[in-house]
Formats: sequence, structure tokens, C-alpha cells
Amino acid sequence: MTGPAAFPHEGHVPVLRLGEVLLVTLQGDLYDSTAERLRQDIGQTVSDSAVEVSGVVIDLSGVEVVDSFMGRVLSDVAAMTRLLAAQTVVAGMRPAVAITLVELGLTLPGLRTALTTEDALRLLGAEVSVPSRDGRPRGERP
Amino acid sequence: MTHSTGDVSACLPIHSDLDLVRVRQHVRQMTARLGFGLVEQTKLVTAASELARNALVHGGGGQMECTAVTSGGVRGLRLVFSDQGPGIVDLDQAMSDGYTSGEGLGMGLGGARRLVHDFSVDTRRGSGTTVTVTSWISRPPGPREAP
Ligand SMILES: Nc1ncnc2c1ncn2[C@@H]1O[C@H](COP(=O)(O)OP(=O)(O)OP(=O)(O)O)[C@@H](O)[C@H]1O
Ligand SMILES: [Mg+2]
Repeated sequence: MTGPAAFPHEGHVPVLRLGEVLLVTLQGDLYDSTAERLRQDIGQTVSDSAVEVSGVVIDLSGVEVVDSFMGRVLSDVAAMTRLLAAQTVVAGMRPAVAITLVELGLTLPGLRTALTTEDALRLLGAEVSVPSRDGRPRGERP
Repeated sequence: MTHSTGDVSACLPIHSDLDLVRVRQHVRQMTARLGFGLVEQTKLVTAASELARNALVHGGGGQMECTAVTSGGVRGLRLVFSDQGPGIVDLDQAMSDGYTSGEGLGMGLGGARRLVHDFSVDTRRGSGTTVTVTSWISRPPGPREAP
């Protein structure tokens, strides 16, 4: 069983900056327009930043479905950030989602994966303190 | 033979972004209620998302009919996506991975077929497209179990 249906998530997904890394946490079921806008927001943030962005972490642990539309958005973000010598890491993809993506035939080129956001940040060498036992929100600044 | 159980059938419109979300949520709820495993739920929801988006983007909008079915004692969920759009001119080409007439990845139709147990397309130039998919809770019934 899954939990109660996540409330439709329309509008804006915040792009958080942690030092040189951008962190995006996706939650629930996204409208196509929201995913589309997220791609633009990330592109804008990466190219406008006065401070260099070395990586983008997309936390998918709260996402139950990734179809070809969302897959394309993720691939586009990866391609975009690669042009600027940055990397995109997808974190926390659910096993059912990963299995489905393989059968759908989406290989998501250019995307690295990590089990958790903490792992993803470590992979990017981000200097972010990783809260562990005290239950503080992940990625919170020290 | 496939029998509809009737009482759990629903018809959802596909005319907007929001309708795609509703389609996914409805299929999720139905598969969960029928007892599909998490992976099978996710596969059918993802296939539904692809087919509903095709009806919206390529077919100019349409609808999804969702019916619980049983066959040889096996329960399943049948989804029928229909639109009155231009139809698919070359179905073999449309089904092949990577073909798109727009700017998609061209993985929707072929991918959806891989994600479900039964898949069929009925399309005619100028009069629309109907895609019917069914997934079963366990294996689809073999020939021996068929009535
Ligand atoms: N309902 C439909 N009505 C008309 N044409 C369709 C329909 N569904 C699919 N097609 C045609 O088949 C092609 C392949 O569909 P498919 O879903 O595989 O790829 P796509 O929609 O172009 O991209 P995506 O990977 O984003 O789904 C489409 O580009 C379109 O030309
Ligand atoms: Mg498609």
C-alpha cells in the first residue's frame, strides 16, 4: 500500500543553494508545467550565479512516478549543468521507480545516482555538515 | 474471456496537466486497492501517464476508462485511453523506441507496452486513437486455466 495520495504539486519547486551545490527536493506528483519550470529555474540559477555551481542534487525520494516527461527534464538538467562543467546527481530514487525506468527504456544519460542526499553531496565534495542522529533537516547549514 | 466486474469502473477526462495528475492518482489508488505489488503499481501508473499524455498532446485530449477485470480467477486492471485526434499514421514507426513527431524522447508508446501485460492499439487516420492496456495481479492466466 502507498500512503494517502500526495497533494498535486503545482507551481514552484524551490532551488536551494548550499555553497557550490544546488539542492532540489521533489515531492509528490508534479504537474508537467511545474517540471518544465523547474528546468528553467535550475538553468537560470546555474548560469546567473555569481558563485560557481559545481553540482546539482535532485532528491527524488518523495517521488512515486518518473515517466518519460520527467525523465527528459532530468536529462536536460544534466546536459545543461554539464555544459557548465557541473554535475547532476539524482538522490534517493525509489526501487520501484528505478525498475520501471529501466523497462520504460529510459537510461537517463549523464545522471549520476546516489542512495541519499547526503551521499550525493559527498559525491560532489560539497562542504555541508551532514546531520545524522539529531534529526535536523537534511542539508541544513551548520 | 475477460469479465468486467462493473462496479469499479470509472471514466476520467484528459484535457489538461491536472487531468494527467488525476489519471496517475486514480490508477495508483485502483491498483493499490486491488492488491497490486508496489512495482506493478508503479509500472501501470507510469504506462498510464505516458498514454494519457499522448492522448492530450498528440490526440488533442480524450479520456481514460478504468475497469477492474477478472479472467480465470486472476484479477487485473484494464485502462482504455481514447481520443478523437489525427490518429497514428504509421503505427510500427510510432511504436519504435526513439521515434517522435514532436520533441519527446519517443519512448512513450514502446515503453508503455513493456510496462503492461496486454497492449493493443486501434487507430485510424483522421478519426482518433484508442489504446487498451491490462495488467494482472499475478501472471496472466495460461492456456490451461482459460475457460
Ligand atoms: N494518441 C495519439 N494520437 C496521434 N499520434 C500519436 C498518439 N500517440 C502517439 N502518437 C504518435 O506516436 C509518436 C510516438 O509516441 P511516443 O509516446 O512513443 O513518443 P512521444 O510522445 O513523441 O515522446 P515521449 O517520449 O515524450 O512520449 C508520437 O510522436 C506521435 O507522433
Ligand atoms: Mg508520448
